[in-house]
Amino acid sequence: MLDSVLIANRGEIARRIIRTVRGMGLRAVAVHSEADTDLPFVREADDAVLLGPANPAQSYLDIDKVLQAARTTGARAVHPGYGFLAENAAFARAVIDAGLVWIGPDPEAVERMGDKINARNLMEAAGVPVAAGTREPVSDLAQAERAAKEIGYPVMVKASGGGGGIGMGVARDDDSLAKAFEQACRAAARFGGEPAILLERYVERARHVEVQILGLADGRVVALGERDCSVQRRHQKVVEESPSPGVTPELRERMLAAAVRAGEAVAYRGAGTVECLVDADAQDFVFLEMNTRLQVEHPVTELVTGLDLVEHQIRIAAGEVYSVEPRSSGHAIEFRVYAEDPRRFLPGPGKIGVWEEPEGEGVRVDSGYTAGNTVTPFYDPLMAKLCVTGATREEALERGREAVGAFRVEGPKHNLPFCAELLDHPEFVSGDYDTGLVSRMRKS
Amino acid sequence: MAEVHAEMVANVWKIVVSEGDVVDEGDTLVILESMKMEIPVLSEDPGTVTKIQVKEGDVVQEGDLIAVVE
Repeated sequence: MLDSVLIANRGEIARRIIRTVRGMGLRAVAVHSEADTDLPFVREADDAVLLGPANPAQSYLDIDKVLQAARTTGARAVHPGYGFLAENAAFARAVIDAGLVWIGPDPEAVERMGDKINARNLMEAAGVPVAAGTREPVSDLAQAERAAKEIGYPVMVKASGGGGGIGMGVARDDDSLAKAFEQACRAAARFGGEPAILLERYVERARHVEVQILGLADGRVVALGERDCSVQRRHQKVVEESPSPGVTPELRERMLAAAVRAGEAVAYRGAGTVECLVDADAQDFVFLEMNTRLQVEHPVTELVTGLDLVEHQIRIAAGEVYSVEPRSSGHAIEFRVYAEDPRRFLPGPGKIGVWEEPEGEGVRVDSGYTAGNTVTPFYDPLMAKLCVTGATREEALERGREAVGAFRVEGPKHNLPFCAELLDHPEFVSGDYDTGLVSRMRKS
Repeated sequence: MAEVHAEMVANVWKIVVSEGDVVDEGDTLVILESMKMEIPVLSEDPGTVTKIQVKEGDVVQEGDLIAVVE
């Protein structure tokens, strides 16, 4: 009987998962580092266990300590959130071997999709379109130069085991290739991975559009619509919306069908995301990667479908067999409120003096902090996600303007002024934008 | 003489140069890490590194001295 869930994460996502776990009448167990003792997610859980020091390697990434916390609290299931151990197949196996319920896909699916080269080859075999690129890991610069010539510049260089945009770079010639290659290798080494590098044709003026899928307990895979995540800085998302203003119904249908095939190819169970690059002019798409976990931006899908994705993750993990009828209405936009300066987007941790969240119809805030907390330099800069909905995109934009204006944060540097600027930017307002939008905004 | 200071709270991830090294404007002296981001600390002038005030693993506060280039 699944009566309790340990959340192996922190901040806003731990808090958001705790809300659903408790809402389902289950016991929520938090784990935390010394740096996070005062955060809301620790207080709002039924039970909380201190894992260790702030350094993630000694706390949130320490598999033994997390499993020990599950034992001492009698937790029966583990939800990994996103980041940290969420896409770590060894952790998923350790959870299962400890006799606990793993709230995520099969460890084998995590493994097969975690390696970007492998995932790309697998998708190609399943009939999902992929960009021209390397099918084998590239391990030295000479190899990379040969591959780049074959693919044709510009190319995107990335670490096969990397994620979250870290270590990714665009190369337009042999010189910039050397730099991007070195950066990707450094990132690969730093995350303890093999120096396996992947090169792919880089699509200029592309939109980043992803499809949310749900693998049901009986093996069926359903697609729950798309999210447009083209507002990015440093290849990391800042604002997401659904539906995508750059996808026609015909393209949407093809993308959703491909995402279902992608999920079926790895017998996917639970919530997952198939990320694609869309060439808006050609109305065509290619597979980018699959994330075998809950996404940061999942609320956008929840708001247009009315589904609680965390609840479905838990029910599917518990083996409950049922159907989901994908339905969607209205428009939703998420703004990531980062502790960073709004001009250069450099980290700006600090103690929070004032924290006042906007409220009202069509406004949802998933936050990890409140007044009096300190945003530390040890973890990623996401403080909160401000989500707005409307019957139309125009209404959602208007609510966004009001909500961004009403959100008061003092202490750490934050990007709410950037969000306000974006909401008045003609390109964003028109809906006809691509992943180059933020850098264009900062060039002028 | 130019003092190079930290722009934010961060961990010192990597020391790239040594005391006595000759650097150019824009050369990376030290790489900081804050909130999962690498932040290179650059020399603002050409010169010789006369002092490295931090070591790998240190936590620096906004405004802390990192290095001196003369």
